[in-house]
Amino acid sequence: MLSILLIFAAALFFSGIIVRTKSVCAGRRGPGVFQPIKDVARLFRKGAVYSTATTAIFKAAPVIYMASLLMAAACVPFGNMPGLISFEGDFVFFAYVLSLGKFFCIIAALDTASSFEGMGASRESLYSMLAEPVFFLVMGSIALLTGNTSFAGIFASLQTYGSFFNFGTALVMAVLLLLVAMIENSRLPIDDPKTHLELTMVHEVMILDNSGFDLGLILSAGYIKFAMYGAIIANLFLCGSFAGSIAIFTLVQLLCAVAIGLTESFMARFRMNHNPEFIFSLSAAAFLILFTIVNL
Amino acid sequence: MTEYFYTAPDALSLWFIAIIVIVFTAGAFYGADYLKAYRSHKRELRLHVFNYIAVFASMIALPLISNALVFLVAWEIMALGSYFLIIFESWKSDTIKAGLNFFIQSHISVVLLTIGFLMMYSKTGSFDFAAIKAYSSANPGTCGWPFALICMGFAVKAGFVPFHTWLPVAHPAAPAHISGVMSGVIIKIGIYGIFRAITLFNIDFTVAGAIILAVAAISGLYGVMMAIVQHNLKKLLAYHSIENIGIIGMGIGLGCMARGMGLDNVASLAFAGALLHTFNHALFKSSLFFTAGNVYQAAHTLNVEHLGGLFRRLPVTGLFFLVAAVAICGLPPMNGFVSELMIYLGLFGSLGNMAAASQLGITAAIVALVLIGGLAILCFTKAFGIVFLGESRSELPEMKEFGALRNVPLGILAAIMLSVGLCPGFYVGLINNILPELECTAVAIPRTISGIGIASACVIGISLLLALIRRIATRKRTITEGETWGCGYTVPSPKLQYTATSFVKTYAKTFSGVLKSGFIDKAADAYIRFTGRFAFLQNGRLQSYILYGIVFIVVTILLTFVLC
Repeated sequence: MLSILLIFAAALFFSGIIVRTKSVCAGRRGPGVFQPIKDVARLFRKGAVYSTATTAIFKAAPVIYMASLLMAAACVPFGNMPGLISFEGDFVFFAYVLSLGKFFCIIAALDTASSFEGMGASRESLYSMLAEPVFFLVMGSIALLTGNTSFAGIFASLQTYGSFFNFGTALVMAVLLLLVAMIENSRLPIDDPKTHLELTMVHEVMILDNSGFDLGLILSAGYIKFAMYGAIIANLFLCGSFAGSIAIFTLVQLLCAVAIGLTESFMARFRMNHNPEFIFSLSAAAFLILFTIVNL
Repeated sequence: MTEYFYTAPDALSLWFIAIIVIVFTAGAFYGADYLKAYRSHKRELRLHVFNYIAVFASMIALPLISNALVFLVAWEIMALGSYFLIIFESWKSDTIKAGLNFFIQSHISVVLLTIGFLMMYSKTGSFDFAAIKAYSSANPGTCGWPFALICMGFAVKAGFVPFHTWLPVAHPAAPAHISGVMSGVIIKIGIYGIFRAITLFNIDFTVAGAIILAVAAISGLYGVMMAIVQHNLKKLLAYHSIENIGIIGMGIGLGCMARGMGLDNVASLAFAGALLHTFNHALFKSSLFFTAGNVYQAAHTLNVEHLGGLFRRLPVTGLFFLVAAVAICGLPPMNGFVSELMIYLGLFGSLGNMAAASQLGITAAIVALVLIGGLAILCFTKAFGIVFLGESRSELPEMKEFGALRNVPLGILAAIMLSVGLCPGFYVGLINNILPELECTAVAIPRTISGIGIASACVIGISLLLALIRRIATRKRTITEGETWGCGYTVPSPKLQYTATSFVKTYAKTFSGVLKSGFIDKAADAYIRFTGRFAFLQNGRLQSYILYGIVFIVVTILLTFVLC
């Protein structure tokens, strides 16, 4: 219960911190930390425009997307406190329920009969499909290291501070998970959410036709997604004491947000045909971690 | 008579009979409506119905037979009957060609099985399954070759790579209910055979399991990778059968490996996952083929590039296709997720308990299963999105939704699929009765089984709750309708839509190395070139053929003198 509340709390700040980091780096005054949340709140109060080409699928998709995100967030534990849903193999459920949301987002994009949205859907489905093995390999390595196959069991028995090796592995895994989070959320260097040309977008162009309440759902689901991956990364570093754990959780979320903000400030988006190569290299790195642990 | 049959059929036989009966019954009702379009072909219809019943009867008999010779006879009835079922539209030359392809390949399977069983007969002097079991357990490790041959024979029927080539040809040619039944259960009888062989033979399971796992992982990846680039809806589904047979095979392979190594927990999870996936695949694949049949009879084409926007015209068909598509992608809350999760748990469970080399193989298998899952999503978002959503891509005829004779069987299949996702405990309980025959204990993951059920219910519950909130929140808002936002372009046309080709273009480019390598086609070409050198033997002169016969008989007689 605690973990999902913490994720919601972190979701309130996460995007705002990214935006703040970017405006500080660019030397602008920029919007406040809560601007993304205010935007979503405004969207929830707005009316909507639906394309005449769309069917019920288009209206159901944002709801199912949000539901899948909430279910996934409910799996994430906080240290040795299990999440709302916890069983052996729950991290497989986590990945697959996220895919359920993606499935509906993609077919909703095809529902609009727009070439732009089909393009975005095609790219998003390919990139997130390629990124999935990275997540599974990282989780598989920790599962192997701890001998557990549930989120709660894994993080409860992970002794990050026990040895230099464990801490180092956790650091590398954290970086990989952060990159997976950036791919899953369609941020740089895979996708540039602030670009102006629809042809170069991935996620933004896929949800081009959503408006009002539906768009609000999709955006807020995105904020939860960030905080959720942040929470998984934070779990790698939590310590025994409760107060210390909360402090580490906050620090890790902050660091992740700032890291994403810095990346977006100082990097350009990859060329589209280089994206698969980038994602494959992440899989290779994840393989290396697993092999190291296998040969321990 | 009774000595040729199991007097008390075991749980394994009953499980497969249940699958056969469910799908064949659904197929019979669906087919009755589907064949109304062919009312003028009285002669073909009579032959078709006769063969449907013959295949149904022989399929139910196969799991009950306990004698190799009788098994082969029933197998032959099934193979011949399926051939006649496939060539229903025999006035089309493509159908005959596809049928002959199936005919020849299913007899390769018969040959392999016959040789395997004869090898065992030469050792035991009996065709009885019990004799095989008794001999094999008395002489462990000596029956590797017969086991391999028999498994290969079954693998042809099941459609493992490289024995899969009949599937993508036969499925599009057959009528929809036959495709559904064929992909749903006829290929599963191959899986039954492999399971039965595992119960009979006592061999080096570690090696056999590793080979099955590798073949299955390749089948799974190859099937889904080829499926994505198909434009014929039924061909796409046929390649997906290869993928799902691959997933089932991964469970069987892992189970054998674990049994050989004495990892009881892993073996039971893997075998149970494979058995449940066999059941699941029978349900969703037959649903998909039935709905594809609806699409074909409504739109008169299966080329996805000509379809689009069918969801508004055939909403019930579309809904059943969507449910089955979510299930086949292994997504919660449907049934595919349960069986895939069990195989995942088996794979992860075996990681810590094996030698380093095997662990590398298991890791590769995990990555393969993850990729299969991801690629299946790409494939079915394409299939559903392009066929049912958007605007139609060509002038489609007037169409109206089909009647209850089709929708009720589809509805029942969908309900069973959902029930596996919501109460997996019941189905795992049934499978637990089978596991002792495979020499494993019952599946011991009560938290996971109940957890999946609760989580699946939550997915549906939260979705409905959010939909309610959305409805209340947007009740007073102004909702307007308009054209799709064209990014400034103001003359939209259905021709501007993303097509199936463009949707998978990025994928096809990324994986062009694998897709074009033709690791099957090249081998097949080489084989055809090699056999082409002997074409002079087939010269059409009767005298030559009589000569071949005489030479064959003389050589056979001489060989008996030389060898004995």
